[in-house]
Amino acid sequence: MNKKVKGKITTALFVIPSLFVFINVVIIPFIMGTVYSFTNWDGFAFKGSSFVGFKNYSDSFGDGKFLSSFWLTTKYTIAMIILVNIIGLSLAILVTSKIKYKNFFRGVYFVPNLIGGLVLGFIWQFIFTKLFQSIGEMTHTSKIFFNWLNDPTMAFWALVIVGVWQMSGYVMIIYIASIQSISEEVLEAADIDGANKWSIFKNITLPLIAPGFTISLFITLSNAFKQYDTNLSLTNGGPYGKTELITMNIFQTAFSSNKYAQAQAKAIMFFLVIMVITIIQIYITKKREVEM
Amino acid sequence: MNEKVKGKGKSKSPKIIVILGFIVAAITLFPMYIMVVNSFKGREQIFTDTLGLPKSLDFSYYLAAINKMNFFQALFNSLTVTIISTVIIVVLSSMTAWALVRSSSKIADIILMIFIVTMLIPFQSVMIPLMQYMNSWDISSINFSMINTFYGLIFMNVGFGSSLAIFLYHGFIKGVPRSLEEAAMIDGCNKFQIFWKIVFPTLKPVTATVAILNVIGIWNDYLLPSLVLRDPNLRTIPLATFYFFGEFTIQWNMAMAGLVLTILPVIIFYLFSQKYIIKGFMAGAIK
Repeated sequence: MNKKVKGKITTALFVIPSLFVFINVVIIPFIMGTVYSFTNWDGFAFKGSSFVGFKNYSDSFGDGKFLSSFWLTTKYTIAMIILVNIIGLSLAILVTSKIKYKNFFRGVYFVPNLIGGLVLGFIWQFIFTKLFQSIGEMTHTSKIFFNWLNDPTMAFWALVIVGVWQMSGYVMIIYIASIQSISEEVLEAADIDGANKWSIFKNITLPLIAPGFTISLFITLSNAFKQYDTNLSLTNGGPYGKTELITMNIFQTAFSSNKYAQAQAKAIMFFLVIMVITIIQIYITKKREVEM
Repeated sequence: MNEKVKGKGKSKSPKIIVILGFIVAAITLFPMYIMVVNSFKGREQIFTDTLGLPKSLDFSYYLAAINKMNFFQALFNSLTVTIISTVIIVVLSSMTAWALVRSSSKIADIILMIFIVTMLIPFQSVMIPLMQYMNSWDISSINFSMINTFYGLIFMNVGFGSSLAIFLYHGFIKGVPRSLEEAAMIDGCNKFQIFWKIVFPTLKPVTATVAILNVIGIWNDYLLPSLVLRDPNLRTIPLATFYFFGEFTIQWNMAMAGLVLTILPVIIFYLFSQKYIIKGFMAGAIK
């Protein structure tokens, strides 16, 4: 009995420190935030705030800027999913083929992923503004090469390009892991049987990297959806607020417009979207595991 | 016929692939090239010849950037916050995960579930109330404040970093056999000794993964420190870069020099531990 109690106390001593920090940094603010989103909280003391029901939520849906940044974020996310996965998979195939320098290539392709989004955005800001302008003037191609960040459509694609440039190396790593899990024997057997490269890729490699595909898809999805740093440093929402992604809209609503409760309602909706996406992912992964 | 086609493919295609590989590598490194060459150029050459090599290696913009960014202070701040946060995350999360794996109680399962489920709460969903809540942890008589202090930021870094770390450690420890621990128990070691002398050394691979993911994540983090730190002397490297850019956008050579300085520590770290970093990211993503 005594020993059992002692064991429980030591277990508690091992668990309580991280639990304490975690509860105070994530759980309590999350609960507070959920409650605040139904009130007219002004960002300072909660005392004196009153409940307003779903007003902040309906106000958010009446906020054209919020809706357009939600739509923009969706477009950004779709573009990212498609491009990052095509490029990431191609890079993975490239560096797992039997060629010289493949380790060097792998090392280089991963580099952008190490640099923070904020810094990346600043480097590319120089490229899209100054470099593009000077190329356009020198080669008389100013129809293609001009200051992209002054044009809403091109500024959006600038965000996509930087995102793709950063994330492809990461997704490549995931695909490398799944390609390497395919056994050599299966591939050799197919080769001996006279299957050509395309049919080997289509019939063996592709189905076997499907789990890697699910992971990459959702990592790209959630990273693109949460994008903030590059948005801030590359376009800062401009021109004319046309490239404001959802996280920036939440931030602006709170800290620039001082509508704290409404910003929190948006933040909760943002969480719900992420949650639904994740549940779908888990469902798909589980279903596949059963099938296999 | 078939053989011929195959033979041809084997001798020819790798060369094309290698060339393709170099082209992609060049595209990947192109922004770094632009950044480095323009950090040495005078005002005039930046606008007339953005692509070319600089006429001379003029380090004056670096000196100016170091001064204006207060670079060494920011470097010291970033190192302090990153290293201490990561060490605490490793220590606390590994202990917690081990205790949770080895405990048979229902509460342990519930605690683990809470850590895992809440991993999907995005930072932006808690940042606003978090700042208000942390602001209220203020004891002015002893100068204790979570806002505008390193320990406050480190505390929050640990909170945000611990669930993934616990999840990764938990997955690994499940596969570690109990027998050694039991032998040590018979020898009269207490749980702390068992954990630190016997269990922790066997966790090296996950510890490397957890440490690398956190070092890179915390080092590059902008949003949380931007909300927590207000004193310019406390700015970490991403914060220093942000304010530096806000003030000096027009002087591109100095701005590029500042960015090179910002990236340099990461690249040096990468050159020395590339293998572990790539492995760490692989393990972190696939789980």
